[in-house]
Amino acid sequence: MRIDAAEMDFQKLNERIRQSRVQEIKIAGCIGQRYIAAGLSGRDITIQGTPGNALGAYLSGGRILVDGNVQEATGDTMNGGEIIVKGSAGDATGYAMRGGEIFIYGDAGYRCGIHMKAYKENSPSIVIGGRAGSFLGEYQAGGTIVVLGKDSQSTIVGNFCGTGMHGGEMYLRCDDLKAKLPAQVKAEKLASLPQGKARSLVERWCELFGENKDKYFHASYYRLTPNSENPYKQMYTAN
Amino acid sequence: MEMYIPSEYEVIRDDKKCNVCRVCERQCANAVHSYDAKLGKMLADSAKCVNCHRCVCLCPTHALKIVKSDDIYKADANWTAQTINEVYKQANSGGVLLSSMGNPQPLPVFWDKILVNASQVTNPPIDPLREPMETQLYLGKRRTKAERDVNGRLKDTLAPQLRLNMPILFSAMSYGSISYNAHESLARAAEELGIYYNTGEGGLHKDFYKYGKNTIVQVASGRFGVFKEYLESAAAIEIKMGQGAKPGIGGHLPGAKITEDVSLTRMIPRGVDAISPAPHHDIYSIEDLRQLVYSLKEATEYKKPILVKIAAVHNVAAIASGIARSGADIIAIDGCRGGTGAAPTRIRDNVGIPIELALAEVDQRLREEGIRDEVSLIAGGSVRSSSDVVKAIALGADACYIGTAALLALGCHLCRSCHQGNCNWGIATQKPELVKRLDPDVGAQRLVNLLTAWNHEIQEMMGGMGINSIEALRGNRLMLRGVGLTDTELKILGIKYAGESL
Repeated sequence: MRIDAAEMDFQKLNERIRQSRVQEIKIAGCIGQRYIAAGLSGRDITIQGTPGNALGAYLSGGRILVDGNVQEATGDTMNGGEIIVKGSAGDATGYAMRGGEIFIYGDAGYRCGIHMKAYKENSPSIVIGGRAGSFLGEYQAGGTIVVLGKDSQSTIVGNFCGTGMHGGEMYLRCDDLKAKLPAQVKAEKLASLPQGKARSLVERWCELFGENKDKYFHASYYRLTPNSENPYKQMYTAN
Repeated sequence: MEMYIPSEYEVIRDDKKCNVCRVCERQCANAVHSYDAKLGKMLADSAKCVNCHRCVCLCPTHALKIVKSDDIYKADANWTAQTINEVYKQANSGGVLLSSMGNPQPLPVFWDKILVNASQVTNPPIDPLREPMETQLYLGKRRTKAERDVNGRLKDTLAPQLRLNMPILFSAMSYGSISYNAHESLARAAEELGIYYNTGEGGLHKDFYKYGKNTIVQVASGRFGVFKEYLESAAAIEIKMGQGAKPGIGGHLPGAKITEDVSLTRMIPRGVDAISPAPHHDIYSIEDLRQLVYSLKEATEYKKPILVKIAAVHNVAAIASGIARSGADIIAIDGCRGGTGAAPTRIRDNVGIPIELALAEVDQRLREEGIRDEVSLIAGGSVRSSSDVVKAIALGADACYIGTAALLALGCHLCRSCHQGNCNWGIATQKPELVKRLDPDVGAQRLVNLLTAWNHEIQEMMGGMGINSIEALRGNRLMLRGVGLTDTELKILGIKYAGESL
């Protein structure tokens, strides 16, 4: 089904998507409509144009492909499914994600992947092809964040990366991690991308956007994990 | 050097009454009581006592009492024993002082300085035993455009509403901060009473989905346990922006309290700390809040009212005005005396403002701006009795949240030690041997008893005022008078001094 979204109100657009029984939906002329596919599952939605904030919030499954950029809060509190962005993403992408995958070809804004968490079979992932803004993965409690710095590997993350991190892992592709990390975060340098989840995510990202796998597998990465000495334990005294 | 801090309480046992049955020993999770076989007597280590009164209540011979210790520091009105001990504790540990339940400081309680009107002669009181007395109400957006269909019939354009049999809801308490049995008691009582309980930010246990039509689910900054079925199971969704006991800060459930079941409900691994950041990092403005409100409405197809809960702080009226314009259906305001399962002492005792003043300001501001009907208001943060409820409604609330009062009904003795996880009453604990002490059948019944009694009292007070519908009391500040209040306080509360006529 094809929906021409030009001049369509977000409520009307989203109602049409919800009520349509069709699995495959193409949205053409998308111009900032918010909350597209909020809470949906099992759909395959392709968007031409620029969707508005909170694309795929609470998404439970299915796939959203955006042929362009996305705005803020994409995949907010997402639980499953896949969001693929051929351009760049705005702030607060993947906030509090619990499952599913977000693949961004270009850059991401501030506050990406804050409070991502994993539980049992659900483990969320964000792959950012370019650079990420400040506050990446703050309070990260689980899941995987990968930043590839495809165009430039200098300062691929901003300030306060991983503040309050207490679970999960981040892979940052660069030779020299210039960012100052907080005490809660441990960084180790890897000569290449190890086998495992991060590698398969990068592989998928390369396939999606037609990039050369070797370039991304055989490069140095910084792997960020929470420092096992939990800094919160000693913080309180009973009164 | 670890400074010794003398115990605040002393456990007094009447040896003449004690029959060494050792119930106290078995009941005390703090290990205060022990049996000395040589002496053939029970002993007590008062230093461990939190004064929860479990042993006192269960002692079959009433041999126990807890008294305030008469061991005192040199009398000093400025440096009280509490203040001195807090300095010692922090010098010992380097830690942030952590407390629980509501602010115990002697702040003014404005409820107690407000008196309610009654009819005499000219406008006769109504007898609730004989006359219908309506305490049922609806929460949600009132304002709607009248639209007609092609046949000229009025279309139903009213936003979704919550129906309550009385103007009271159980406030948010998460599974994790309180026990499974406490949650079940609240859920069952809410169902029986025709009101709502609130999951707090800890997700919803799968066993409790069946109480969905009486459940408000919470979406807080940590977004624990938030997924499609959770949102869909509920009657309404509350976005928690703040809490009266700890405005401006987040939450931190220590890993030790994340048991298997809590982990399942919150959807986070067992034993890992659950941290809720202070802000929602996707909300830095009213516009951002609007975005979360609408994303929740979209995800639940506009079928459920969205509440936004905030702590009562200095600019609460302006903030509430923004929330009323964000698309939220209901605003919940939590005053600075509200309870908590754990909060830094300094925050709990020093941040925020009393609910009475906040509520009056918010109601007034929304009326002045002509947007009062855009939202319903719920007031919480130490609503202790039916008369507090009546006064809150007359000050402008649609309904009240109660938390501490509900826990008291379940057995809580306000020892304010929830953060230690050893609740002897089976409420603020996850230890199975303690949780089982709270029987949900008994708990639910006690809550039903409490609120049934309150509802009768509310009806009596309404009848006395000659008001037969709770909605006619809302914002009816002429029914209130102040005593012992300053001009400024009267102005903020929008009420006259006792003795002043119309």
